[in-house]
Amino acid sequence: MVKEKLVLEINDLVVNYETDNGTVHAVNGINLKLKQKQSVGIVGETGAGKTTTALAILNLIPQPTGIIKNGTIIVDGKNMLTISESDLRMMRGKGVSMIFQDPMTALNPVFTIGEQIAESVRIHEGVSNKDAMQRAIEMLEIVGIDKDRAYDYPHQLSGGMKQRVVIAIALACQAKLLIADEPTTALDVTIQAQVLELIRSYREKYDTAMILITHDLGIVAETCDEVAVMYAGVIVEYGTLEDIFNRTKHPYTEGLFNSLPNIIERRSKLTPIPGMVLDPTILPDGCVFADRCSYVIDTCRTTFQKDIAVSDTHIVRCSRYQEPGFNIKRMIA
Amino acid sequence: MSEPILQVKKLNKYFKTKRGLLHAVDGVSFDLEFGKTLGVVGESGCGKSTLGRTIIRLLEPTGGEIYFEGKDITKLKGKALINFRKNIQMVFQDPFSSLDPRMSVGQIIAEPINLHKLAKDKEDVERRTLELMDTVGLAQRWYGSYPHQLDGGRRQRIGIARALALKPKMIICDEPVSALDVSIQAQILNLLKELQETRNISYLFITHDLSVVYNFSDDIAVMYLGKLVEKAPAEELFRNPIHPYTKALLSAIPVPDINKKRQRIILEGEVFSPINLPDECRFRARCNLRFDMCAKHEPELKEVEPNHFVACWANN
Amino acid sequence: MKGLRKERGSSGFWGEVLKEFKKNKGAVTGFIVFSLIVLVAVLAVFLLDYKTQITKINIPEALQPSSWKHPFGTDQFGRDILNRILYGAHYSLLIGLCAVTISTAIGSMLGIIAGYFGGLVETIIMRTMDVISPIPSVLLAICIASAFGQSLISLMLAVGIVTVPAFARVARASVMSVREEEYIEAAKAIGASDINIIVKHVIPNSLPPILVQATMRVASAIIVGSSLSFLGLGVPAPKPEWGGMLAQGRSFLNTSTNMTLYPGLAIMITVLAINLIGDGVRDAMDPKLKR
Repeated sequence: MVKEKLVLEINDLVVNYETDNGTVHAVNGINLKLKQKQSVGIVGETGAGKTTTALAILNLIPQPTGIIKNGTIIVDGKNMLTISESDLRMMRGKGVSMIFQDPMTALNPVFTIGEQIAESVRIHEGVSNKDAMQRAIEMLEIVGIDKDRAYDYPHQLSGGMKQRVVIAIALACQAKLLIADEPTTALDVTIQAQVLELIRSYREKYDTAMILITHDLGIVAETCDEVAVMYAGVIVEYGTLEDIFNRTKHPYTEGLFNSLPNIIERRSKLTPIPGMVLDPTILPDGCVFADRCSYVIDTCRTTFQKDIAVSDTHIVRCSRYQEPGFNIKRMIA
Repeated sequence: MSEPILQVKKLNKYFKTKRGLLHAVDGVSFDLEFGKTLGVVGESGCGKSTLGRTIIRLLEPTGGEIYFEGKDITKLKGKALINFRKNIQMVFQDPFSSLDPRMSVGQIIAEPINLHKLAKDKEDVERRTLELMDTVGLAQRWYGSYPHQLDGGRRQRIGIARALALKPKMIICDEPVSALDVSIQAQILNLLKELQETRNISYLFITHDLSVVYNFSDDIAVMYLGKLVEKAPAEELFRNPIHPYTKALLSAIPVPDINKKRQRIILEGEVFSPINLPDECRFRARCNLRFDMCAKHEPELKEVEPNHFVACWANN
Repeated sequence: MKGLRKERGSSGFWGEVLKEFKKNKGAVTGFIVFSLIVLVAVLAVFLLDYKTQITKINIPEALQPSSWKHPFGTDQFGRDILNRILYGAHYSLLIGLCAVTISTAIGSMLGIIAGYFGGLVETIIMRTMDVISPIPSVLLAICIASAFGQSLISLMLAVGIVTVPAFARVARASVMSVREEEYIEAAKAIGASDINIIVKHVIPNSLPPILVQATMRVASAIIVGSSLSFLGLGVPAPKPEWGGMLAQGRSFLNTSTNMTLYPGLAIMITVLAINLIGDGVRDAMDPKLKR
């Protein structure tokens, strides 16, 4: 069997932030592989390390506090952590591009939106100003903005349109890998639906691989092939949509599902995950979720959790699956 | 049908802007029954927050009437207004900016008690504050802490405790959970629900998140550009949405279930701001059902089925 | 019950500002130097005799260079320069601190009222400020001095009034941003009156930029005060105000540099120390460092 070429390969990534209050362990050893056309959703709550992972892929961890302690990140055959500064600049945009969460601050207010898209094209493709502008206008059409608006400034656009421009910039160089960090969190539901649809149709056309970072399991269900559930800097469960949604294994994933207000079945009470997110400056010996887990036993707190393969596609980080017959009881609507 | 705690009649709130009059809330009428929850749903800029703030009289209504327990409170001023506010309280969206960063948790919760002189002495204030912290599930050890030392969920609990201090009959919740993570969101929703059961509090629950409102409300009102376009009991609205906007809104919710694939209605265009509106349906530009009547007059909210109100010419 | 207040993290905002301030070496140095200057100024007033050690003319000993008896030498009337500088410290400090206290109090009160209420009140206050701010402090000092006589008080008033608009503007801007915060609305919702809101929420939260401004202004007030004395409009001779001493020394630059060098150094060190404190206060309160 020929090994399929990977667009992204992350091995044992560890990222810390050195702050006044101690070392924040943002990402603690994650592995991730992504093939062409594939899309992975990274799901988790605030502080789970989702955005840090994304920034690490672009080698954009905020300096000087952020330190990549360990790991390799290979995008399209190049190690993002060791290549030269100029290669890195080429890779950002051409190899990987990122859609940021807040469209309001991602655009420069003093340039027209056409210029901002064209700039990205010019840097990476080395084409003339005129050709770059031509491409910018094409991109605007792809994201569904009238070409007359290319000469508008960001403040003349609505939030949804700004996010489309941000997406147009990200897509302009036809990167192999697209990272979307909560691309629709700042938008209304009806606009969110438009934007997700746009990203989906673009990916279909250009076979782009995508990492979608979100806290919304609903968005994952509708846009991704595989899911990584992150908690406290660790991927606690990884699998296909089927694996995660229908054969949930990890107690945290279960908790996430159970705390969602369910719109299919109206229940009187929600089942929240008890307790609060772990203090990120403390790295526990055992399971990161032990304090909030309802299946916790003593060994969970003391033994380091290893990935356990449930099937070819499904991995869970919970040592209790070594006990025969252990299973969680997920309420499935 | 029991006596409503709150009645809003043709409430208007307009803002003067450089480009003209902005109709933030435009002829909104509804009743809220004792001990019940009315969810107000809509997208950003639809006027739902303005509606909440106008009802509690943080903003002056431009027109219309507000009745609380049968009493007209639209024109209350000075002391009477301050006294009325004991009955309706508000929980705010942003647990970071709704708490004064210079005050400790204890001081924040004690503020309404001190303002309305509800306690006999200092000891009594402290006792009541701790009691409230207990009610909302805040550990006593946070008493002397400052808001920035607490996470979003705990901060929202402070906001709720502050609102409860005056023993209100009604609470307006303005997106109380939209800044919180799902697991924390569920904790706060459960707390609000519990308070409703034990204290018989009525809620006006303002949110953009339909799944939250479905789980939480008895009735749901859908707002679009300052107007209510549909109002029905929660189950009815989700089972049988009639207004094309409600339909699109419902179909746009991403459902965390891969076994049920739904047909999605994707609306064209964007919400524009309700400035200088002509007499026509405000949803017309984005509507897939529009016909000539829609451009002629603005449709009024009509009862199309028992307790199910819709403002749409296509369903009239 | 009492113990609850002392629990973890009850340092609050000011505690954290203090912590940040202590980390800043420049600011701490400035603070130590400034404290020493204040100490010297107070001690000098009590320990030195004004008549015999500060103003007594002793022509035979005029214009002496530095010696053991007179470490900083003497001036053209044979008075000890060191004594005069030590004694003069309190003039500069008084001018700086009092002028700034006057302008902070009046300015921030006006600014807070303008910022909180807005509308016509704001227009009247801020336009008045616009009228006052372009008046040169020197001109105002001449007017005040001619009206009330040349004295320390007129000098303080002159310097104080001119900086009122600066404080009004800072306070107004600060209040306007605080006014938009949701906790102000929250306070209204629980039934707080305007006065209540201003005292309990608006003032404490708009204080940081005002305080930073105040610290910085002390230094400039000292310079303005000294300049006015230098021009003969401030503290009248023979009182040993540093600016006045500089003015006297100007005619003797060729024969005795001591007369200008030491008062000049005194002004410079004081102003530098205050500016270091000001920078430290600003950095410690910088909202970017918070949260």
